[in-house]
Amino acid sequence: MTPAVHARDLVIRYGDFVALDRATFDLAYGESLGVVGPNGSGKSTLLKAIAGLVPAADGELHVLGVDPRRVEPGSIAYVPQVESVDWTFPATVWDVVSMGRFPRLRFWHGFGVADRAAVQRALDLVKMGSLARRHIAELSGGQQQRVFVARALAQEPKLLLLDEPTTGVDAATEYALREVVRDLVNRGLPVIMATHDLDTVEQWFDRLMVLDRRLLAIGTPRDVVASGAYASIREHTHVHGHLRLDHEPHETHALHPEIHP
Amino acid sequence: MNVLTAPFHYPFMLRALLAALSVGMLCSAMGTYVVLRRLAFIGDGIAHASFAGIVIAYMRGANYYMGAAVVAVLTALGIGFVHRRGRISMDTSIGVLFTGAFALGVFLMSRQSNYAVDLQSFLFGDILAVQASDLAIVIGLAIVVAIALAVLYRGLLYTTFDPVVAEAGGIPAGAYEYALLVLVALTVIIGIQSVGIVLVAALLVTPAAAAYQLTHRFAPMFALSTFFGAISSIGGLYLSYYARGSSGATIVLFTTVLFFLALGIRSVRQSAARRTVHVSSPVLSK
Repeated sequence: MTPAVHARDLVIRYGDFVALDRATFDLAYGESLGVVGPNGSGKSTLLKAIAGLVPAADGELHVLGVDPRRVEPGSIAYVPQVESVDWTFPATVWDVVSMGRFPRLRFWHGFGVADRAAVQRALDLVKMGSLARRHIAELSGGQQQRVFVARALAQEPKLLLLDEPTTGVDAATEYALREVVRDLVNRGLPVIMATHDLDTVEQWFDRLMVLDRRLLAIGTPRDVVASGAYASIREHTHVHGHLRLDHEPHETHALHPEIHP
Repeated sequence: MNVLTAPFHYPFMLRALLAALSVGMLCSAMGTYVVLRRLAFIGDGIAHASFAGIVIAYMRGANYYMGAAVVAVLTALGIGFVHRRGRISMDTSIGVLFTGAFALGVFLMSRQSNYAVDLQSFLFGDILAVQASDLAIVIGLAIVVAIALAVLYRGLLYTTFDPVVAEAGGIPAGAYEYALLVLVALTVIIGIQSVGIVLVAALLVTPAAAAYQLTHRFAPMFALSTFFGAISSIGGLYLSYYARGSSGATIVLFTTVLFFLALGIRSVRQSAARRTVHVSSPVLSK
């Protein structure tokens, strides 16, 4: 079966700066893939490339079997970090979640019963139904994050991309989001999520990827965490104040499957 | 009742009313997007840029408004292009393009020894001088822009709130941005006749800013802004008639008063809400 995401020697550049260098991986339907790495390691860039927001400079990238920019509207749902929008915008929780339906509607289509039902379902899934009429500026950070997830769910996508959705949320919200996402994965949705939280990766993901402007390791969360791949780049960044430029894999990486040199 | 109907015994006043209503409603509806995208500068910018089109049209013996419209649309597209390709903010892009186009207009005008266009009417407008043919163009363009706004409603709304996620979902945020800029350019050209270059920016910003004070949902803000634009046009025209003042300036003054009224209502509401919270909070005793 064609993978939901197929990347081979994928290179992303911003001008002369190489944000991601020769990444190769596949994501199957019904699989969740976590992406970890320090700030500036290319996590968000990878998600944006898969969403068709940033072009590949080199290599192959197929999403849902086609070029990311040719994916059918409404197929990819992207959940950005909450700071990405103006929360004083005149909109209620319901209004924002309703926007998730817009990519699926032609201009002559009304916002119908099925659309309202999808919005209500999404709100109920993230336990925000009671706050549907509240203005978005009146929400806490965790509630804003849940609104973004609900908007993505209302879209009924074929691929879900989440950019650090658990940053700044309390444990209960994190648990609720995880339950929702795991349920979607179990029902066949492919999910890629960038995160900083190594403590819960085994509960969230089927596989884990370590990035440091190139793919350093990919495998089961247990194996990747045990390999020390992430710990080594985190230590390097802490000690030297910059990301690794040599990109030589840590020795322990070789002990585990799919560790990339 | 005579006070209400007296001004419209004159055909030019009736034409002025229809033109003012079209312009007021259109500018203020468009203004909802202008305000929420923080593009308050764009109306002023495109209006000034269109001056080059007026001069070029004069030199070629063409219709001034057609010349202004062509340059305004090209400037709008240029603003979008420079913003996206130059990786600079929209405001900076507007600043670069409009001053360039305006300077081109001044340069071309300076080379004309017998330039005779009534610049005063373009700078400050003269809605009382609207002819039947002008009115037809204004209403026709207003209908085109209104239909475009209706067709693009959802896409414009989504890309205004969250362009990145809208784009990821398959809504082309860039195309919507260009479409909005072109619609703003056409709206500005329609507005120049009635309120002039200098004041058209106010109608693109103030009614929407007033509506923003009174609601926290987009659709009511859109409707309220359009309503404020309409009553400002009608009210301003009446005031200018009885006060014997400039109609363009009176319309804008009317909408400015509306803004401060809305701001006052919001302040009163917020104070009342704070008092309610304070009263309903339990007072702890020792």
